[in-house]
Amino acid sequence: MTEPTSDVPVERLLRELTPRVLGTVVRRFHDFAAAEDAVQEAALAAAIEWPREGLPDNPGAWLTQVAFRRMADRIRSESARRRRESEMAQITEAAAIEPAPEEDDTLILLFMCCHPALTPASAIALTLRAVGGLTTAEIAHAFLVPEATMAQRISRAKQSIQDSGIPFQLPTAGERVQRLRAVLHVLYLIFNEGYTSSAGPVLRRADLSHEAMRLTRIVHDLQPGDAEVAGLLALMLLTDARRLARTGATGELIPLAQQARTLWDSQQIAEGVALLSATLPKGSVGPYQLQAAIAAVHDEAPRAEDTDWPQILALYDLLRRMSDNPMVGLNHAIAVAMVHGAAKGLELLDALQADARLADHHRLDAVRAHLLEFAGDRQGAIRHYRAAAGKTGSLPERNYLLTQAARLASEM
Amino acid sequence: MKYILMMTGTKADCDSWLKWSKKDLQASVAFMRAFSKELKDSGTFVATEGLAFPEQAKIVRAGADGLPITDGVFPEAKEFLMGYWIVDVESAEQAYRIAARASAAPGPGGIPGSQPIEVRQIMSSAPAEWQ
Repeated sequence: MTEPTSDVPVERLLRELTPRVLGTVVRRFHDFAAAEDAVQEAALAAAIEWPREGLPDNPGAWLTQVAFRRMADRIRSESARRRRESEMAQITEAAAIEPAPEEDDTLILLFMCCHPALTPASAIALTLRAVGGLTTAEIAHAFLVPEATMAQRISRAKQSIQDSGIPFQLPTAGERVQRLRAVLHVLYLIFNEGYTSSAGPVLRRADLSHEAMRLTRIVHDLQPGDAEVAGLLALMLLTDARRLARTGATGELIPLAQQARTLWDSQQIAEGVALLSATLPKGSVGPYQLQAAIAAVHDEAPRAEDTDWPQILALYDLLRRMSDNPMVGLNHAIAVAMVHGAAKGLELLDALQADARLADHHRLDAVRAHLLEFAGDRQGAIRHYRAAAGKTGSLPERNYLLTQAARLASEM
Repeated sequence: MKYILMMTGTKADCDSWLKWSKKDLQASVAFMRAFSKELKDSGTFVATEGLAFPEQAKIVRAGADGLPITDGVFPEAKEFLMGYWIVDVESAEQAYRIAARASAAPGPGGIPGSQPIEVRQIMSSAPAEWQ
């Protein structure tokens, strides 16, 4: 036993070890749902014991052993129900299967947890627990729901995986690209969940962004050749770099153009830019790399007025060809307005109005208000800022939009 | 996304409820229990509360001195909040389906009551866009 320095390294160590230990247990017992419970129990035991007793010499082996013991207890308790024979047969069979390299286990787990059969909310919760090593209580706290509700969500997700009979192995080469996209999408959603929160239990939710970055970094280490994995990691780094600047003292939103750029994390920006510069020349440019490139152009401008809008417009032109997301269309319209004038941007908004996905969306009104203000039409801008405020489901955003309208009204 | 589902009713609704048969009351209680369990099992449940009958309800305003001025005389037709559920769902449509299920709670004779349920989105503390 070695002396632990404090609880924090124990927690970090546990979160690093969780997916690897889980992979080993699933491989051995072929029961993802039960294995996940066993590993979580082993981690809880470690969280209590290690800070008190000191770290075991081989923490991974310690956890695996405890989890194996839990699985064995479970099988014994079910032995009366005839399941013993079949499970014992499976164990023997499992032991005969050739061991895969350990690092693949984390990737396989991610593919399982982000299976397209799960709803996004289920995939997020399961990924955070099985791969991220967070407890159910921590995840429930981050999403502001009761712990029992989160436990139920995770247990249903595990059941879906069990029922679908997904084997514990990497997807076939044909499926792989698509399945990796599903994993990246879930990581993107986790990041977003943490990044967009500005009130409530701020620290906890901000942790979700860091957790998403940590997991994306792991995927990047496992798949260094995948340009979109690198693109997503760069996008997260370049976006998260502005965290401190994007809200004011009372939690109010500060738009990009008005942020104090000295508060941006220059080290994180440098890392994101370096990652992107190493990735872009490799070809196969995808949506995450383009969004990261746009974030990089913003981040590299010393002042808002120095922003290279023609470059951003060119990137949105490319992005629009790859994605039919109407939000991309809105951002493209802003870039057009910045390069060719507000009137050109407003023309594009008229065309977007026909998109049913946007017709009643507050963002359309918010962007129109912004461009009308830019064009000098204060009355129109006030009207659309207020319309957007009436439609948004976000409190800080409503406050921001109403403040914009009030500012313009007071200037008239 | 979180939604609140608010069941409303008038004093007259409450008065008639007091006169329900034992069988109808039992059916109603059983339905509400099963409904709560459904929400919990599906991982959508956030919170629920039922409110006391509106007999003692008061509307309170601050007077010029900041002290409460209460008003407890209401017209017969006034709609009161009877109880609510808060659910965490993937879409507004999912919230509407849950509300419809609550609205189908059995009334006298086991016939679905079709009580109106007001469905409102709860504002999130998160802006929708990255800045």
